[in-house]
Amino acid sequence: MKHDKILMAHGGGGQLTDSLIHDHILSRLGNEALSPLGDSALLSVGREKICFSTDSFVVKPLFFNGGDIGKLAVCGTVNDLAVAGAMPMALSLALIMEEGLEIAVLDRVLESIAATAKACGVSVVTGDTKTVEKGAADKLFINTAGIGLYPSGLNLGMDQIKAGDRILISGTIGDHGMTIMSEREEIRFQSPLASDCAPLNGLIQGLLDQCPGIRFMRDPTRGGVAATLNEISRATGLNVAIQEDAVPVTLTVRAAADMLGFDVLNIANEGKVVIVVDQAEAGACLKACQDHALGRQASIIGQVVKADSAPVVELVTKIGGKRIVQMPYGRELPRIC
Amino acid sequence: MNLNTIQKAQAAIKAACDKVGRRIHVMEVCGTHTVSIFRSGVRSILPEGVKLLSGPGCPVCVTDQGYIDVVIELADRDDCLIATYGDMIRVPGQDGSLESRQARARIVLSADDALQLARANPDKTVVFVAVGFETTTPATAVVVQDAARQGIKNFCVLCAHKLVVPAMQTLLSARNDRIDAFLCPGHVSVIIGYEAYAPVVDQYKRPCVVAGFEPAGIMEAMAEICEQVARGKPELKSMYQAVVTARGNAKAQALVAECFDVTDAYWRGIGKIEQSGLELKPRYEAFDAFKRFGITEIPGQCNTGCRCGEVLCGLIDPKDCGLFGRACTPQSPVGPCMVSSEGACAAWYKYGS
Repeated sequence: MKHDKILMAHGGGGQLTDSLIHDHILSRLGNEALSPLGDSALLSVGREKICFSTDSFVVKPLFFNGGDIGKLAVCGTVNDLAVAGAMPMALSLALIMEEGLEIAVLDRVLESIAATAKACGVSVVTGDTKTVEKGAADKLFINTAGIGLYPSGLNLGMDQIKAGDRILISGTIGDHGMTIMSEREEIRFQSPLASDCAPLNGLIQGLLDQCPGIRFMRDPTRGGVAATLNEISRATGLNVAIQEDAVPVTLTVRAAADMLGFDVLNIANEGKVVIVVDQAEAGACLKACQDHALGRQASIIGQVVKADSAPVVELVTKIGGKRIVQMPYGRELPRIC
Repeated sequence: MNLNTIQKAQAAIKAACDKVGRRIHVMEVCGTHTVSIFRSGVRSILPEGVKLLSGPGCPVCVTDQGYIDVVIELADRDDCLIATYGDMIRVPGQDGSLESRQARARIVLSADDALQLARANPDKTVVFVAVGFETTTPATAVVVQDAARQGIKNFCVLCAHKLVVPAMQTLLSARNDRIDAFLCPGHVSVIIGYEAYAPVVDQYKRPCVVAGFEPAGIMEAMAEICEQVARGKPELKSMYQAVVTARGNAKAQALVAECFDVTDAYWRGIGKIEQSGLELKPRYEAFDAFKRFGITEIPGQCNTGCRCGEVLCGLIDPKDCGLFGRACTPQSPVGPCMVSSEGACAAWYKYGS
């Protein structure tokens, strides 16, 4: 169906986002660096290759358990560079502020940006500020862009993925999305939810050093693990088969998702990476992941297999049943009873 | 997860099916069951001899087209703000859906959120889109009483609450003689108690078994149902004993009885079912959106070729509808069964059949 107006679901990371990008953006702006739609664009500068990426942040509330919009803005771009294989070097920072935003709030966000950038080993080297009249934005929106050096000899990409490769996730899923949802709806749980928002460049650098068999990585943000696995399946023409009981989920996230009617596979993460790795190196990659503080609960959740017909993502459930994992539609809606 | 329980249930189902010698059709009448069954892969581990049909258990799916059109009409008024549960937002009426009118429609997670919306927007009349079965009705009753007590005048309820048991009886009496038994809803039964299904067992001689939502519990209930069919002795039984009692939640029932009268209601795809819906009692008519705006719900005509009605009655599988997966997908749903996360068509599409 053709939509004549932008719907919230166009920003949800699912099928409508996909059609927005392909039908409206790529059809006009597509080029060699943009069209692969990687987390970062790969550019050649002289003999070096650099990755370039950008991301905008409009999270509500601005502060949440486990993070805030500032930390998210740094981690988001750093992670997009890191999963592409690059070593993040420098960031830009653009602030769009609503008239009336308290300076104390802005300062708190900037402190968080400074601390997170320091932890990632990157600097904010350029920026911009804009203010808009009250009502034209919701308190504070942030855009960051970043560049990183792409090591010579590295060759990551979906085109490297082969049947038999194993799929790893670096830890529990759904933490970020469920935290934001429950804070927005003011739903409290006995053991509190916390966002997993974290910079992944340290973890990923270690993995790349130790595991040359890594084929591809992506941080499963909008649309969650379901979107990432569907992107892999669609791009490679191969099936992705995952085991439900191998997917790490905290009890609180599970309970919150069940209560609100969400599928945890569709929920956004902000500090996790999906790794596709050569079968022979899967064990070593898992161990390397688990040796890092951000990868303790890493798990091999499935594998890439040859598709007999149209490629799908298939889940073997805890009771041994099978079901398809679809590309999320977009915005997940809470169920009503 | 007790895999042993599941294997035992599988074996019991298979033995019962072999004895019956034909396919046993079991209808689940709860959207949460539909989702749990698909999400956990229960269908894929059921023996060949039994088939699950998704019945009219998703509140959004059974809501008549005419009611949706009324909601859209109210959303187009400058003086109204619509408060609705999330799934209703994308159901298409004759003139689009609430999704394209988001400035005038807010998603709420509870009836109380709708009342709070009214407090926060004194210059608008907040219309609460009150759909759902016995599980959501008590919450609507509570907010109507709260609004009355607190004298909140800019709040009203567009009531389309429905009752499950009359629909089950109607299906058996006229619509679908294939249904051998019902897997009865967990949440609804918490409120109404499992004895509420007695007429279905006594009059129509169909097993009614209440189940919880864990896959092992659903499988055990399926085994109980198939064994009853094989024995030829339909019974009333709750396999969700921890929370469902014979008489249900008396306090919730009293609340509902205090606020609502039972009335005839229109169900999408089924039509009018006598004494199957609820309307606000005259003493609460100030909060009745139908009366406040002078609206009469006109049963909707569906000319889109959508076969949601037959899906809801268990007469066809979603894939048998010509629109399924082609003209009708979760991105551009034609019928409500594809919109609601608990709809049979959405579950077939999302999880595969």
